[in-house]
Amino acid sequence: MVLNNIENLLEKYENGETTLKEEQQLKHYFLNETVAPHLEMYKPMFDYFLVNQQEQYTKEIPLKTKRSFNYKWISVAAIAVLMLGVYFGKSYNNDLGTYEDPQLAFNDFSRSMEMISKKFNKGASTVGYLNEVNKGTSTLKYLNEIENTTGIIFKN
Amino acid sequence: MTQNEFLKIVMPFKDKVFRLAKRLLVSTEEAEDATQEVLLKLWKNKTKIGAYKNVEAFSMTMTKNFCFDKLKSKQAQNLKIVHSNYEDKQTPLQKQVELNDSVNWVAKIIEELPEQQRMIIQLRDIEEYDFDEIAKMLEMNNTAVRVNLSRARKTIREKLTNTHNYGIK
Repeated sequence: MVLNNIENLLEKYENGETTLKEEQQLKHYFLNETVAPHLEMYKPMFDYFLVNQQEQYTKEIPLKTKRSFNYKWISVAAIAVLMLGVYFGKSYNNDLGTYEDPQLAFNDFSRSMEMISKKFNKGASTVGYLNEVNKGTSTLKYLNEIENTTGIIFKN
Repeated sequence: MTQNEFLKIVMPFKDKVFRLAKRLLVSTEEAEDATQEVLLKLWKNKTKIGAYKNVEAFSMTMTKNFCFDKLKSKQAQNLKIVHSNYEDKQTPLQKQVELNDSVNWVAKIIEELPEQQRMIIQLRDIEEYDFDEIAKMLEMNNTAVRVNLSRARKTIREKLTNTHNYGIK
């Protein structure tokens, strides 16, 4: 590279007017070519820049991936469950169904009443056996008669 | 956004964040902490990352502000930053020693520059951003960036010339 060119570039460089490309040229010159004696003082500067460019951050980055659990959503879920419980619980107790047709309702009603009376009669008929017990006790009265007669006998 | 996606976004410029932080805070440890802090902040706000036009520029601005806060904080005032970045660079040749020495001179010179100029030198000459990007990152206008850059470069050149000629003239 022409020395004149380098000197021009250096002047521009000092005024902060060089482009990145021109600075690349300067760096290349000072790092790779034999530097003219009167420009030698620039060399350590460019050396320094190069050395510093290569410095790296070697420490690890401790990224925390542990996600803090959001307790807000638990309360939301709990409230949702509660609301559902109240809603369904209520409707379950009240809903027994109904008949639309009065004739059908009457039929069903009379049938169930018939069933009740039938069962009632059946129950009452078994109670009828209690009469037999009464009969039994009434025959026991004859024993009293016997007592009476033996009493008369022993008196004499 | 998963961890992997986030790392994919962050990886290309995490070193740049680190170097800028180091430029401002000088000590490697402090710079590492700052980088970690900046990246964690990004991670926490990962839901908003899509909304940023330029995540990289945004992170650089964040880094700058974070480091300024750090420098201003009491901790930094009380605690003298000691940087003992022991490095075992193999230097078999006298030439190498000499070179290293003059490179250290540059480091020292840049360290003495005002913060603003340091950052601009870092972003322009080391990270090679263009002026518009630097202006956006540092929340300055384009001309101010150029002026500061020019000043910084001239100061470095002057001081280097002095050291270079020291003992010769």
